[in-house]
Amino acid sequence: MNAQLDPAHDTHATADTGVRVRFRVYRYKAGDRAGHFDEFSLEVAPETTVLDALVAIRTRLDPSLVLRHSCFHASCGTCGMRVNDTEVMACVTKILDLGSATVKVEPIANGALLGDLATDMVDFYARLAAIGRPLIRESEWLPSSIVPEGIEAYNRFESCIECGLCTSACPIVATDPRYIGPAALAAACRAVEEPRGLDPGAIMGLVDDQQGAWRCHAAFECTEACPSAVDPAGAIMALRRRAASGRLRSLIGGRHA
Amino acid sequence: MTESASAPHVVIVGGGGTGGAVAHDLALRGLRVTLVERGELTSGTTGRHHGLLHSGARYAVKDRESAVECIEENRILRRIAPGSFEQNDGLFVAITEADEAYEPLFFESCLASDIPARRVSREEALRLEPNLNPAVRLAVQVPDGTMDAMRMPLRFFATAKRNGATIKPYTEAVAMTIVPSGTGRAVTGVSVLERTSGRRYEIGADLVVNAGGPWAEKIAALAGVDVPIAPSPGVLLAVRGRYANMVINRLHASGDGDIVVPQRELSVIGTSSWLADDPDHLSVPADHVAMMFAEGSALIPAIAKAQVRATWSAARPLIGERGATSGRELSRTFKCFDHAADGVEGFVTISGGKATTLRAMAEAAANVVCAKLGIDSPCRTREYVLAPHTAYYA
Repeated sequence: MNAQLDPAHDTHATADTGVRVRFRVYRYKAGDRAGHFDEFSLEVAPETTVLDALVAIRTRLDPSLVLRHSCFHASCGTCGMRVNDTEVMACVTKILDLGSATVKVEPIANGALLGDLATDMVDFYARLAAIGRPLIRESEWLPSSIVPEGIEAYNRFESCIECGLCTSACPIVATDPRYIGPAALAAACRAVEEPRGLDPGAIMGLVDDQQGAWRCHAAFECTEACPSAVDPAGAIMALRRRAASGRLRSLIGGRHA
Repeated sequence: MTESASAPHVVIVGGGGTGGAVAHDLALRGLRVTLVERGELTSGTTGRHHGLLHSGARYAVKDRESAVECIEENRILRRIAPGSFEQNDGLFVAITEADEAYEPLFFESCLASDIPARRVSREEALRLEPNLNPAVRLAVQVPDGTMDAMRMPLRFFATAKRNGATIKPYTEAVAMTIVPSGTGRAVTGVSVLERTSGRRYEIGADLVVNAGGPWAEKIAALAGVDVPIAPSPGVLLAVRGRYANMVINRLHASGDGDIVVPQRELSVIGTSSWLADDPDHLSVPADHVAMMFAEGSALIPAIAKAQVRATWSAARPLIGERGATSGRELSRTFKCFDHAADGVEGFVTISGGKATTLRAMAEAAANVVCAKLGIDSPCRTREYVLAPHTAYYA
């Protein structure tokens, strides 16, 4: 079937809609002394997302714009950005829902910048590696589909999409690079609750530390920013309870905490 | 790995799943490899697909070649990328009388394509998947699966990098270096613009592979070559909530909007098909979104009231003849073009295919590349277990 390709028919249109929005986009190229903002202007539709607009800016207005994107439905985690000073996935953030005539777009914080809106994720993964395991574990290896009661049991991919929004939003990560950070602590919590062969004691040894679960100030910005309902702050509180009860058990058992 | 300074240097243009798999294959064969991609890796078509690991059943009746390719690659990928797939299988469900009448041909075609298929009664189907349309008449279970559309291909890039390949995202091919050669011309390098710095430079190459997917035509034009690749977009819809364990397909002749892929806490519904002129300008037509809702709801009624997470379009790279009107008429199998036939040496295009067949596409392309460069080194990607995706960022 052939779709009608006139812009009025395109629910994600970036031209000829009569609704114009200005974009202030953060720019930085290797060798620049500092970043700056460039302004662009596009007409948008109700379904047009910040990512649609940025792709249209790159395609039609400035091919040098650097940004990360892949899946367009907040499943891959690549297009995490700060839009009007809030951490969001650009692909599921509708421009008109923001309710502002000018939309400010900046890269996520707390990582080295590759250019413009693209943050180098090496720092993010290094924090995860620091607790001894990657965030997304390999799913179970079943010989064939054996269906248990309740289809929710079949959600075998971990929910974290490694977008970095939580570490960008976290006020402690911003001031203390030694802090393990919310994504890695959430991963640690998953691992100790369901170890699948990992050593929970060793992981608790890493997170029950001044740079681990105890460094968090319980600001809950991470949980607020998470687009995937991982609740890193809740995980950090659970790790603290586990660490505290572990100490208590040690005391009752007559050993040193 | 076995790379040496004297090994031929291959430049791959295009950082989707196909380009990543070609980089992995050639690095394993000991070549020097540089891959350039204008944006982030998997930012074109690869990352946007619904995340289906095909069993091949979808093609068993009408396109046996694709069906056989899919089930072979399905088995290989599960072996070389353990952990990248949910072992959830797929269920083809017959809703109407016409669907039911189609089932015997469908089932027999699966078996004839070496796709393990199991007939499932209406009662069992509803027990396995309680959210199915209660009008379901019968179903067939096949080894489809859910994959992470970005992280599975990223493992090919991670492994290629570990084995010595240079991967350059945000680096756009803007020109080819072309010199006279014999009676024709030869490509000897690629000029690139590094978008993170604005720097322009040339990368010398013994051979250039065009792995541009639906952008293959634009990349080939840089070398003065025409390739018959048609961008064929489709609309996808993601709703919140996971309504099935298995991938749910409509059991009927291939059509629009006939699949629900459960993906983490989402359900992805796809997809329509049309032909576009330019893969950089994809619309998300309202009538196609409505069609996804209607067809998805025909499989799982709860989808009608589900909350929308996202709607978007992705362009398939289909090989076809000029003048075709609908993407569905074009072959889904892939093709490798040696452009020596067009009078241009040192330039190969690999295109068509689908995410499930990325490794096989790479093997075909690497075989052509090695034959042209006089490299006698067998493909090793059928057995080589891939590094985790996190290794890309190491």
